Amino acid sequence: MGQFFPNGIAHYLAGGLIIGAAVGLLFVTTGLIGGMSTVYSSTWSFFSNHPFFQRENFVGSREWRLAYAAGLVLGGAIWLVWLGAGTWQTGVPIWQLVLGGFLVGFGARLSNGCTSGHGICGMASLQLPSLLAVLTFLATGIVTAQLVAWLGGH
Amino acid sequence: MKSTPLFWALVAGVLFGFGLSLSAMVRPEVVLSFLRFKDLGLLLVLGGAVTVALLAFQLAPRLLDKPWFGQAFAKHPSTLNTRTIGGAAIFGIGWGLCGVCPGPAIAGLGSGNWPLLAALVAIFAGAWVQGRFFGR
Repeated sequence: MGQFFPNGIAHYLAGGLIIGAAVGLLFVTTGLIGGMSTVYSSTWSFFSNHPFFQRENFVGSREWRLAYAAGLVLGGAIWLVWLGAGTWQTGVPIWQLVLGGFLVGFGARLSNGCTSGHGICGMASLQLPSLLAVLTFLATGIVTAQLVAWLGGH
Repeated sequence: MKSTPLFWALVAGVLFGFGLSLSAMVRPEVVLSFLRFKDLGLLLVLGGAVTVALLAFQLAPRLLDKPWFGQAFAKHPSTLNTRTIGGAAIFGIGWGLCGVCPGPAIAGLGSGNWPLLAALVAIFAGAWVQGRFFGR
């Protein structure tokens, strides 16, 4: 077991249960499904008049999605102040963050879901398309990350 | 929009961001070490989150007529087509390259991981190109 979890398991499990509780709380209180990638499209509806971004599901959800995102920042800050051992900065090179981020944004919106949308909300809704999406992005993610390591990247 | 959903979205977001930070998913290096089979912790995060969310999604609509402070329970719309799977494949390539997904890119800023701002801006750019040129 230890060889697969060199950093322990408690914080992973606890964090996962809290994330599930967050999605569950949003659903029980408001009935809303809280995937995270839609905010990256719905927020554009404030700035772009293009018909795609002015669709009802973006305009109608853009405010709570921004509040949800603001909560994410606040939750990270609470963790930092309460439990964090100082700030910590990633060493992943900027070109990987930018190129990878662009593909993450494009792909998640084309797929209509990401690790939280398909991975948590979709699977918790017992949606087969979401399960297949998760298996797909795990496969391409594993191949890409292994390839980058093999080529000597971060 | 009334303020009640905004309040609960904020509260749920705080929990979500705390959980992402506690589970170290805001650290791209931890995600990348999962994808390289060096630390399988991400599976525990996903498994724990899906278990609790599954209980809520399956039980709440059976036990409650409507949400505590809302009108109706929404459904997650996912359809099986080339966009869902092709988009997921592209998402995975980006994820494997940077180790950042949409939630941690936001939550990581709260815990002071400033370089994630580059990924956040890039995700917004990717979402714009998708909507502007490939949206339907």
